Amino acid sequence: MAQELGWKELPEGDALKAGTAADFHTGDWRSKRPIKDDKTCINCLFCYIYCPDSAVKVKDGKVIEIDYNYCKGCGICENVCPVKPVKAIKMVSER
Amino acid sequence: MVQVVAKTGNEAMAEAMRQINPDVVAAYPITPATEIVMIFSQFVADGLVDTVYVPVESEHSAMSATIAASAAGARAMTGTSSQGLALMYEMLPIASALRLPIVMPEVNRALSGPINIHNDHSDTFAARDFGWIQIFSENSQEAYDNMLQAVKIAEHPKVKLPAMVTTDGFIISHCLEKIEILDDGTVKEYIGKFPAYTKLLDTSNPITLGALDLQNYYFEHKRQVAEAMKTSKDIILEIGKDFGKKFGREYGFFEKYKLDDAEMAIVCLGSFAGSAKAVIDEYREKGVKIGLLKIRVYRPFPDEEIAAALEHLKAVAVVEKCDGFAAKGGPLYDEIKSCLYDKKQRPLVIDYITGLGGREITHSQIIEIFDELKHTASSGKIKEAVQYKGVR
Amino acid sequence: MATLKELAVREDRLTGGHRMCPGCGAPIIVRQALMAVKEPVVVVSATGCLEVSTTIFPYSAWKVPFLHSAFENSAATMSGVEAAYTSLKKQGKITGDTKFIAFGGDGGTYDIGFQSLSGAMERGHDMLYICYDNQAYMNTSVQRSGATPRGASTTTEPAGKVKQGKVMTRKDLTECMVAHNIPYAAQTIVGDWRDLTKKVEKAMSIKGPKFINVLQPCQLGWGYRMDLTIELGKLAADTCFWPLYEVENGKYTLSYTPKEKKPLAEFLKPQNRFRHLFKPENQKLLEELQADVDRKWELLKKKCDCFGTEK
Ligand SMILES: Cc1ncc(C[n+]2csc(CCOP(=O)(O)OP(=O)(O)O)c2C)c(N)n1
Ligand code: SF4
Ligand code: SF4
Ligand code: SF4
Ligand SMILES: [Mg+2]
Repeated sequence: MAQELGWKELPEGDALKAGTAADFHTGDWRSKRPIKDDKTCINCLFCYIYCPDSAVKVKDGKVIEIDYNYCKGCGICENVCPVKPVKAIKMVSER
Repeated sequence: MVQVVAKTGNEAMAEAMRQINPDVVAAYPITPATEIVMIFSQFVADGLVDTVYVPVESEHSAMSATIAASAAGARAMTGTSSQGLALMYEMLPIASALRLPIVMPEVNRALSGPINIHNDHSDTFAARDFGWIQIFSENSQEAYDNMLQAVKIAEHPKVKLPAMVTTDGFIISHCLEKIEILDDGTVKEYIGKFPAYTKLLDTSNPITLGALDLQNYYFEHKRQVAEAMKTSKDIILEIGKDFGKKFGREYGFFEKYKLDDAEMAIVCLGSFAGSAKAVIDEYREKGVKIGLLKIRVYRPFPDEEIAAALEHLKAVAVVEKCDGFAAKGGPLYDEIKSCLYDKKQRPLVIDYITGLGGREITHSQIIEIFDELKHTASSGKIKEAVQYKGVR
Repeated sequence: MATLKELAVREDRLTGGHRMCPGCGAPIIVRQALMAVKEPVVVVSATGCLEVSTTIFPYSAWKVPFLHSAFENSAATMSGVEAAYTSLKKQGKITGDTKFIAFGGDGGTYDIGFQSLSGAMERGHDMLYICYDNQAYMNTSVQRSGATPRGASTTTEPAGKVKQGKVMTRKDLTECMVAHNIPYAAQTIVGDWRDLTKKVEKAMSIKGPKFINVLQPCQLGWGYRMDLTIELGKLAADTCFWPLYEVENGKYTLSYTPKEKKPLAEFLKPQNRFRHLFKPENQKLLEELQADVDRKWELLKKKCDCFGTEK
């Protein structure tokens, strides 16, 4: 957490630089963690487009990682994964 | 070049707005401020300004859109009165918290209910603690001059706060007076370019405005507003002096009328000062040492300066057009008394709540006030501290 | 119409690290909507879950310019931003092509912000207003709104011994917007990324006021398992509880017709807010709700037939 500035140091007005929430990690909200199976993943990107927390990272049309700093473990990615009979992304308990 | 013209308060304010040529005006009509909006709309229709005019569906939206336009990086204005200002109340402290230099003409009118369209100061007084600079005008000339100065004050880098300039509904807003108008080029040069401190439209440097402040930041942001309000005092004086140098009419926090050698005084705001001055002259002729202090800048409240101007007096009558409804008198009385409290020697202070809903303050009532003031000064005793004047 | 691969190349304009509930549908709408805009975009939001959770000082999840001021004024606020843009552009003080999107929850749109929205749409500002409709005031703990459907239990119209949740039928805001004669009004859901991004993309290509109403499942307020957000959105469309359609210059088009219209109960069942409807004594109410959905669906189809694109 950034140091909390006093009124003299704090930039004036209720203004912020964009995107600073990237410094705030919500990963510890998670009780389950999504694990992706690169072998069965068909890179349909459904998990990417439906993740509420921008935690699924895509490069060159492929899911490259799940950012556990942000992932809250909602399980939407597993739910939308179309791979059958075993989903290419599975929620596993954090403990 | 200076032009002498006959203008009502509303016309003078609209004329100032035309010369300021704001980028955006978002406004909604309300008596007695409607004319400002109508006159200005005609300027827009005739291509006399660069302004994009947003004919909003309410004053809440007027202030919301004005705040947004200002945050976007535009010089933005609106104007209103009474119920309209009341509908804006939610937005007013947001404008100051975002540090937006919005300038707003406000024509003082009584707050409903009962509904009434005439002048008192209850609307502006209710908005006194929202981080807005409040400048009152005695006549059309002051309204015009104050509008131009308000832009300079609000946009000053050490201030960055919204400002409202008020006139008394009908008494000033609709009363034709001869005033001096500067030429367009002079005003343009005087107010300068809009310094856009926040630029929401700059998509290559994106910012977030209006984030949720919790216990850990709200207080600091509010403290900054308070400090800017305090700092604005110096700037207001500086700009008032400079205005005098440039255009011949100097302004301060208040006007002192025959005050320095006085033994007693009236403290008031707005158009009432005109009537009071005339009666003061009558009393002065009779050798009564009475004077007047007309507050121009009500926020930031020039407490020390007012106290210094009044401390030598024996008695002061605050004449105000707003009730505190069983507070310790009206709001102005509260503040005058509290700023005098720290002085070793201080006058007795009587509060006259008067003129509500446009009720005329008659010559004989002013005489009554003066006579009671005289009696208070000589006896050293207050008969009744808070009084209503002119109510049946 | 961008493919998923194309969308994925574009920058995510909402970062992680915001404080919405796990599985919330609202950030899904925002991510998809902003991905669908190729141009620079300025965003405004009303007070509500979305704004409160994405901008907690000093953390902002928005990578685009973002402004919030109050609850009921998202549309008026965007009017001001757009007016500033128009003015500064006209005067040659700025250049470029910027798009404007205002967000509001159902409370901030159907109820307290209705006047502001109506005014802005009537005035013709060039903006897209997106209502993320989770059918209650979620930020303040699930109070009923004008968008809450009949029979739903909320904290201000709860189901009890003598009342079965909300008594009145919800307001049809999309049709209210159609009645404003704006060039584009549409309805979509969280759960069909293609439909949502397509509609936003289309809205961006149209000048003037646009409105999209997005049904947003809210795991907390609706009371369902947080991984079911997308499924619930799909069920809303498959049961015709929330038809996907658009109205372009008065022309109605259905965006989606379920192969087989599912019974409303399939959408209601997974949600706690409708739990009481499945008591035997509420059988009749449930039937009425189904009949209401059927009637509205038929009416919409008729509108599409009568006022649809020529075939
Ligand atoms: C004028 C005003 N009244 C009430 C509130 C309290 N309030 C804040 S958010 C909210 C409800 C928001 O509901 P909605 O627009 O549906 O958004 P959601 O929270 O569901 O995302 C309420 C009642 C407020 N902030 N301002
Ligand atoms: S569990 Fe939820 S938050 Fe985590 S990656 Fe999957 S969809 Fe995103
Ligand atoms: S949804 Fe499944 S198959 Fe598709 S990209 Fe994600 S993990 Fe791979
Ligand atoms: S309460 Fe509902 S809408 Fe609000 S953040 Fe949680 S899931 Fe989202
Ligand atoms: Mg809601």
